[in-house]
Amino acid sequence: MSFPWAKQYEPKSPLTQWVDERLPLPRLVYNAVGAGYPVPRNLNYFWNFGVLAGVALTIQIVTGIVLAMHYYASIDGAFNSVEHIMRNVNSGWLIRYAHMNGASFFFIVVYIHMFRGLFYGSYKAPREMVWLLGVVIFLLMMATAFLGYVLPWGQMSFWGAQVITGFFSAIPLVGEPLRQWLLGGFAPDQATLNRFFSLHYLLPFVIAGVIILHIWALHIPGSSNPTGVSVKKEEDTVPFHPYYTAKDGFGLGIFLIGFVAITFFLPNLLGHADNYIPANALSTPAHIVPEWYFWPFYAILRAFTVDFGIPFTSIVFIDAKLMGVLAMFSAVLVFFFLPWLDTSPVRSGHYRPMFRKFFWFGLIPCIIVLGACGVMPATTFWLILAQISGAYYFAHFLIILPLISRIEKPLPLPGSITESVLAKHPEDRNNPDGVSAPGNLASA
Amino acid sequence: MVRFVGVLVGLFFAGMLILALGNTIYLAIAEPAEPVAEYEFHKSPRDVSFSQDGPFGTFERGQLQRGLKVFKEVCAACHGLNQIAFRNFEDLGYDEGQIKALAAEFQVPSINPDTGEPATRDGLPADKWPDPYANEVAARAANNNALPPDLSLITKARKNGTAYVYSLLAGYTSQEGFKNKDGELLLEKFPDVKTPDGLYFNPYFANLNIAMAPQLSDGQITYDDGAPNTMEDMSKDVAAFLAWTAEPKMEVRKQIGWAALLFLLVFTVLAYLSYRNIWADKKH
Amino acid sequence: MATSKKTGGSAKKPAKKAAPKKSAAKTGVKTTATDETVAAADTTTHAAVAAGVPHENVDPAGGEVRRRDFINIAAVSFAGVGGAVVVLPLISQMSASADVMALASVEVDVSAIMPGQAIKTTWRKQPVFIRNLLPAEVAQAKASDKDPMPDPQTLDERTLPGHENWLVTLGVCTHLGCVPTGAAQGEVKGDYGGYFCPCHGSHYDLAGRIRKGPAPSNLEVPKYSFLSDTVIQIG
Repeated sequence: MSFPWAKQYEPKSPLTQWVDERLPLPRLVYNAVGAGYPVPRNLNYFWNFGVLAGVALTIQIVTGIVLAMHYYASIDGAFNSVEHIMRNVNSGWLIRYAHMNGASFFFIVVYIHMFRGLFYGSYKAPREMVWLLGVVIFLLMMATAFLGYVLPWGQMSFWGAQVITGFFSAIPLVGEPLRQWLLGGFAPDQATLNRFFSLHYLLPFVIAGVIILHIWALHIPGSSNPTGVSVKKEEDTVPFHPYYTAKDGFGLGIFLIGFVAITFFLPNLLGHADNYIPANALSTPAHIVPEWYFWPFYAILRAFTVDFGIPFTSIVFIDAKLMGVLAMFSAVLVFFFLPWLDTSPVRSGHYRPMFRKFFWFGLIPCIIVLGACGVMPATTFWLILAQISGAYYFAHFLIILPLISRIEKPLPLPGSITESVLAKHPEDRNNPDGVSAPGNLASA
Repeated sequence: MVRFVGVLVGLFFAGMLILALGNTIYLAIAEPAEPVAEYEFHKSPRDVSFSQDGPFGTFERGQLQRGLKVFKEVCAACHGLNQIAFRNFEDLGYDEGQIKALAAEFQVPSINPDTGEPATRDGLPADKWPDPYANEVAARAANNNALPPDLSLITKARKNGTAYVYSLLAGYTSQEGFKNKDGELLLEKFPDVKTPDGLYFNPYFANLNIAMAPQLSDGQITYDDGAPNTMEDMSKDVAAFLAWTAEPKMEVRKQIGWAALLFLLVFTVLAYLSYRNIWADKKH
Repeated sequence: MATSKKTGGSAKKPAKKAAPKKSAAKTGVKTTATDETVAAADTTTHAAVAAGVPHENVDPAGGEVRRRDFINIAAVSFAGVGGAVVVLPLISQMSASADVMALASVEVDVSAIMPGQAIKTTWRKQPVFIRNLLPAEVAQAKASDKDPMPDPQTLDERTLPGHENWLVTLGVCTHLGCVPTGAAQGEVKGDYGGYFCPCHGSHYDLAGRIRKGPAPSNLEVPKYSFLSDTVIQIG
């Protein structure tokens, strides 16, 4: 697409030629994921996760549409309709469990995909737009997951909706009216359930649209690679098909093994038992917790326990609850600004020793600890951990990264991708066949 | 500009969190949290194994039938099973005639065809297990303001649910002299937790005092197949039965799971070989 | 850039030089290094080419399945089979669920229906008429077996042997689906003493056969059987 040596699409049959002349869709597919898209040859398995995220979205959309044929969005009937699906609908249990665990796998895959981006500097120029669209996708995913979790109308569904919509009342002046507008009432009720169902059905298709933009934006500069060094010549690349279609096929097999193992043998491992209790507005569960993919953000929300104001007076500018809400949203919003916070010209963490240390010994442990704090009750021990980790989280993105990009001394970069590959296979220095030959495969 | 604002925001949030941290530590020292009886004396469900445990586990039909008998004769007086229809008992090994007979023992809500007044009729296989009470108010009125929960999903609605149900039923014990694993006496440390009238002490229950009296005693029910009917056995049987009601499709789920896993293992190996084949000539 | 590297490489390996010539000869087009096919990249193919031995991988235009592609085809086929299997539950979930199938048949106690009476009941969410014909009515229905009518059927064809006084039909007019009158006491029975559809004036006789009016066929007789003398199972 953007490289001069990219293969050009040639219709293989009269039919594809006829179509291509009238609607260049075959050409588009060829240039996007076919042999017409040159990709760096040195991608590692972390680059599989984009495709896997697309697969996870497809699984969710297909199982979701099918579930919607049987689900009944009524506060009296929703819980029973889900049990109807589990017990009476042919293969209903399978489709429901796949959808329920598919959401978790979608997040697992997307988090790894994001961490790849963080470590390898994929958010840096010229791919800032890819990254921004990705953060938009992540926000839409969080919204979709939250809306979906409310639908079974179990205890956690109801009380999760109560807590999350409660955030909005923390906003001064307009907060409470806004909350009631969102709910369609004073507490989660029939109006809430209906609109959540409608929006939950809608948002995945919005996600799909943004993904198209995301991939389009990526294909302008082309994929990055583990060295962070840009593609310079043809030997640096191989055509996406069949090289990465094959590698993605293998990656898909591994992903599906994990997905099937959980869905069929431990389907309720990642869920919460309380959601098998029908919602009861008069009885609050002992521990309200969101699904695991929200735990770090929940921990940040609860970590703010002092108001911001003038000490020793009762003047408060921002109270603790509002601060927690702002911080929770900021924890995601920092990602938007990453390309401008981390200004190191070196992309990949491989060549940034200081950045790497803070990444593995700072950011990753901090997020894991925040996750653990999110699921535990906010008692002293966990609160302390959350406050320390939360402080580090914000310091990492907003203070440490900008600082590192100023003072760090990066390792020397390889001259090109080919050079880095050859460096890994010194025995082939005299037989550059595998490396220097262009990547044109005549298809079978 | 972005970095400047970013540093300010970062200092703000990190700073507020450090302040909050200081506050938390201060409170922990100045006003340490009171120990809570429920945390210190609550017992986790006992270790117990059932035939359906594990990736190869299946229900044992005999145990499920015994559990049904226990449920029907003891629990059903107060607890509903509203997700189960009588026709579902085909899974337990009953034939059509037995199910029709079982269903006909129950009265389900209906309408008098002549007057239109609410009435009842004999149950049919297609009917769901009828609730013992007309509504929540009636249930509470009959149970000292406690609401006996529907048990269809109870083993999925509690952590380690099947073991929990068994432990709860078999775990009633005397509050006098009850000690936790550190050897502390409950009533000495928390005299407020003394069981009030109308409640019963059960350390497996989250709040330690439960509104349900102990229900099972040795020999209470005679099983048709002559299996042992101690209180422990009956507790286990009904817990296994409730594991089935929570998920009747469990066995099919595991069977299909193995088939899918096997297929995927073969596919992944093929996909890997194909990947290596295609990349054989490309150093990367 | 690529070209210089290529000539550098080919200087060291003679077999490499042969490949460009071969493909150039094959296509008859002046090929640059960048136009080479995978043949050049494959080391075993090099040896084959150097030795002048025809190697299936060297011939991109050949139609035969290349041995080394078998694994690729196997992997893709496996994926295809997997994909087909996954589609099955997605299609079967639209079929009637277990609770609907449980109501696929219904048992009716007919002991309270006196000769000359009929009841309305439901089966698969549709109205069903069960009528206990008087002996005179049975005779009358049989007598008109051979009369001209839009959908000729005998009474015996529409009842069970030994129970010819029991007329079990759907209560759905075969014209456009209204519920005919005549089953309950005092309802209009039409000109033939059976059922009458008020929507467009179809008249059914004592065997539920259409005799007059726009309906094209007789009232449908569902599959039913006598579980005992007093209990009918429909469906």
